[in-house]
This record gives sequence, C-alpha cells and structure tokens, in this order.
Amino acid sequence: MYTQALNQRDAAPAATPEDAAALARFQARIDADERIEPNDWMPAAYRRTLVRQISQHAHSEIIGMQPEGNWITRAPSLRRKAALLAKVQDEGGHGLYLYAAAETLGVSREELSAQLLSGAAKYSSIFNYPTLSWADIGAIGWLVDGAAIMNQIPLCRCSYGPYARAMIRVCKEESFHQRQGYELMLALSRGTAEQKAMAQDALNRWWWPCLMMFGPPDSESQHSDQSMRWGIKRFSNDALRQKFVDATVPQGHFLGLSFPDPALRYDAEAGHWRFGAIDWAEFRRVLAGDGPCNRQRLETRRRAEAEGAWVREAALAHAAKRRARAATPPLAAE
Amino acid sequence: MTTITLAEPPRVLHALRLADTTLVLGHRLSEWTGQAPMLEEELALANMGLDLIGQARALYTHAAALDGQGRTEDDLAYFRDAPQYRNLLLAEQPNGDFAQTMLRQFLYAAFALPFWNAMAASADAVLAAIAAKAEKEMAYHQRHSAAWVVRLGDGTAESHARLRAALDALWPFTGEMFEVDEAERGLIAQGIAIDPAALRPAWEASIARVFAEATLPLPAAGRWMQSGGHHGRHGEHLGHLLAVMQSLPRAYPDARW
Repeated sequence: MYTQALNQRDAAPAATPEDAAALARFQARIDADERIEPNDWMPAAYRRTLVRQISQHAHSEIIGMQPEGNWITRAPSLRRKAALLAKVQDEGGHGLYLYAAAETLGVSREELSAQLLSGAAKYSSIFNYPTLSWADIGAIGWLVDGAAIMNQIPLCRCSYGPYARAMIRVCKEESFHQRQGYELMLALSRGTAEQKAMAQDALNRWWWPCLMMFGPPDSESQHSDQSMRWGIKRFSNDALRQKFVDATVPQGHFLGLSFPDPALRYDAEAGHWRFGAIDWAEFRRVLAGDGPCNRQRLETRRRAEAEGAWVREAALAHAAKRRARAATPPLAAE
Repeated sequence: MTTITLAEPPRVLHALRLADTTLVLGHRLSEWTGQAPMLEEELALANMGLDLIGQARALYTHAAALDGQGRTEDDLAYFRDAPQYRNLLLAEQPNGDFAQTMLRQFLYAAFALPFWNAMAASADAVLAAIAAKAEKEMAYHQRHSAAWVVRLGDGTAESHARLRAALDALWPFTGEMFEVDEAERGLIAQGIAIDPAALRPAWEASIARVFAEATLPLPAAGRWMQSGGHHGRHGEHLGHLLAVMQSLPRAYPDARW
C-alpha cells in the first residue's frame, strides 16, 4: 500500500553532477521497460526516491499490524481469529520482504527502523485511525487493502526489479485479504441489526480516510512526473482514486450499506461514480502527526523496540560466543 | 446461547483438555502481535499461535461430535466459563517477557512433541489424524523455542537472569502435564489416550539437554507442583483471558460472525 511517499519532496542535497550519457542510457532502459537491478548504475535521486517509497511502504505494513492486531484477542469465532492472526502475520511478512528490497539499495533495516521510531519517516496516514469495533477489521480488509491493491498492482511493473518482484507476492496476499474483509462485511450486513449497524459505522469512519490513501489531488502532487518518467509510478493519484471508487461503490451497495457522501452519484455518460470534496486539511493534519492515533502507534512501536533490546543483545552475545568457541577448539580435542 | 456446561464423559473430557490447552496457549501467543523483539519473531510467534489455534479447532470439533448435542467449536470455546475450562495451568500463564514466553513454549513443546507422536497411534482415528499433524508442528515449536532458551541462557547476564526468573515462575506448572486421573485411565486401557507419565523420561532428557547448553541449572527434584487445570481449578489469569476472548459472542449471543 501506501505510496504517499511519492508526494513528498526529495529533500536530499543536490546530487553531484551525473554523467549525462549514463543518465540517458538509464532512461533508455526504463523506456524500453527493462528492470533495473541492485548492481546496475542508477541516478542518486532514483535510489533515494525508491528507498523512501519502499521503506515507507514497509513501515506502513509494520504500523498497520497495530490497528488490526487490536482485535486478534477478541475475534468472535475461532475461524476469524485464525484468519486475522494469519493476516496480520502476512503484513509483518510484507514488512520484512520490503525492508529486504530496500536493503538492496544500500540502506540497512536498522537505519530504516530508526527513521520510523524517530518520526523522521512517514507511513500511510490510514493507520492513524482507530479500530473501534469488530466491523473495522472487515472494513480495513475490504477498503484499506482494496485501496492498497489499486496502488500496488501497477507497482508489480515498477522499473526497480526487487520492488516489482516483492509487489507480485504482496499483491496476491492483499487480494486475498481484501476478499476476506469483504466476506466479513457480508456476514455482518446479513446479520443482526446490531451487526449491520456496526458495519455501517465502520464504513462511515473508514471511507474518507481510504480515499485519502491515494495521496493529494494531481493538481498538488508535484513529484509524480519524475516518478512516472522513472517507471516507479504508472497512474496518477486521481486516476487510481477514481478506479477505487468505481470498483468499491457497487460492492458497498451490494452489502446494503450507504456511503457517507451525499454528493456520491453515478455519472452514466462518463461511466464513473462522482464523489464529494475530500477534506485535504484533515489529510495534511494526520500526515503531519495530528491524527487520532499517531502518538499511540509510534509509542507502541518504540516500546516494543525498547523492550526487545535485551533479547537482540542476548542473541548477538550468544552468536559471538559460538563463533569464539568454534575458533578455539577445546583442549581435550587436541 | 448462554453459558454452557457440558456433560463430560471421559472421551469428551479428554478432547476438551487437549482443545483448551492448545487454544489458551495459542491465544497467549497471539497476544504478542506487534510487540515482538524483532520482526522475525513476530512471524514465528504468530506461526506457533496459528498452529495451536488450528489444533484447538480440530479438537473442539471432535469434542462437539463426541458430545453429540449439535454444538460447534465456537460454542465450546466461547460459551464455557473458566471453571469449565480444562487446560493445563502452564498454558494460561501470562506471557511475561520474551524469556518467559519462550520457556513456557519450550516446556510445553518438549512434552507435546512426544505426546502427539504417541497419540498418532490412538484407537480414535480422528485424534490420530490430529496428532499426526500436530506432531510435525510441535517439532518446529520445540526447535524454535529450544534455540531461544539456549540463546537467552547463554547470552548476556541480563538474559540469563530473566530466563532463570522465568524458570522459577513456570517450573511448578510442569508436573501437571504427567498427571493421569480415573477418567483417562480407562481411555488409556482402550488405546484412545496415551499414558503421559510414560513421556516423562523423554521430556526430562530434552530439558536436561537444552538446559545444559543454555547453562541453566535444572530445578531440584521433588519441588512442589501446582495442579488443577484439568479439573477446572485455575489461577487468576484465565478469567481475564476468557473475558477478553469471549467478549463479543457473549455480548451478541444471537449473532453469527
């Protein structure tokens, strides 16, 4: 999910002048739809953009474990409990996979993790909203993972090989999660009046933040052009957002739920669902740190990191002891 | 649906004991989500939790079939109170720190691996099939948790101290695994259950081997052991675990999820 990074300005200092011929060869490879691999030459800004995007994606997976993890111990059936635990485990796996893809660009997982913990790195704004009822688990699967898939399917053809290959696997799993989430919503919307109310409330709360997941409108997204030229981004924010709305609105109606948007209407001529104005002030505020759960999410991550320090130290100390013992055969063996 | 209390003829009771132990331990592991000391362990803890919850589902389904009242796995998991739970006390012990969780997993897995290995020959074909799958899973749990017991025991002074504290806390709950009561004696005679007391030498050998590598002293023999989980006499922790786990189905008893 979670390519909001593309909408941030590349803040690194101006790169040293690069060989114009090398740049031209690089662009020609991208234009020929070739994959760039870790040992290939690449412009410094391309590398930085990818590190930022892939690590933000990884951080989003890791932080995203929290809102869903919030309901694992309260899942209302054993089948749902196993499915949710497996899903959250998948998110952790995606994080691991994506950190590994970022490492091929010359940064370590520790550095990236430190950036997340210090607040320097961003993650998707969507995970700063709370999961308040069991229906939120369905809504996240259906809507958040649905939005993620819209963003990520094009990334399977991203110009950077390790990222593109990671996304193929990630997308398969996300697509499964999305269907699982929808099936959960279906069970609720076909259930008791209380369950249906739960489902409606979840849709009301998650709908607008999900539309924000695609990032600011094209008119304000200044960095898309370069990312498109580099084959990192394939479709504009607004195009993906519209695609998501078009796919999702009929699904919601099938559930018998309504969308919290009085302006939502079908434009038969264009074949699109038209939606109301997104509150971009909220988006910017949450991204800047003032969402319902921003502090809580980071605090939880920092605490887990701090409380696990002694475990990681012990593992390193033990490995060092083993190496030392292997290097020094016991006297009895001589 | 309100709170249920099952009639517990020996076969139902036996299946419930196994189901409750695996569910409660699996639930405990799932409580780690998002809190693990490293991402790899996040995945490993979830893996082990999923294995145990999977075992529990098959065992509850079997218990419900033996009970013959048309109940489901979820009825048994979500609508029995703590005094009706038949799990080992070891399983319900809180996660504590990573040392306590991994040691708890090791103490259980070192028992469960030979247990399911023997149960694969059960005269109850369903239990035998569950055992064949569980045995493979527990081999991984034992390997993984033993590796951590060794790392933590023979790691830093802090990790060693934490592991010793965990051992002190958990050891009194290990004796219960080998207890046999009248209900199970009959099943052992029929070849449906196995005699857990017979597994003690294998369990002690695993413990001795791993503790030696972990530079962890073996607790003195003959220490007083806690007991009662198999009969519904639990510690204070289980009630809280169930209060959380059962909250939704209890609040909306007519709902299907």
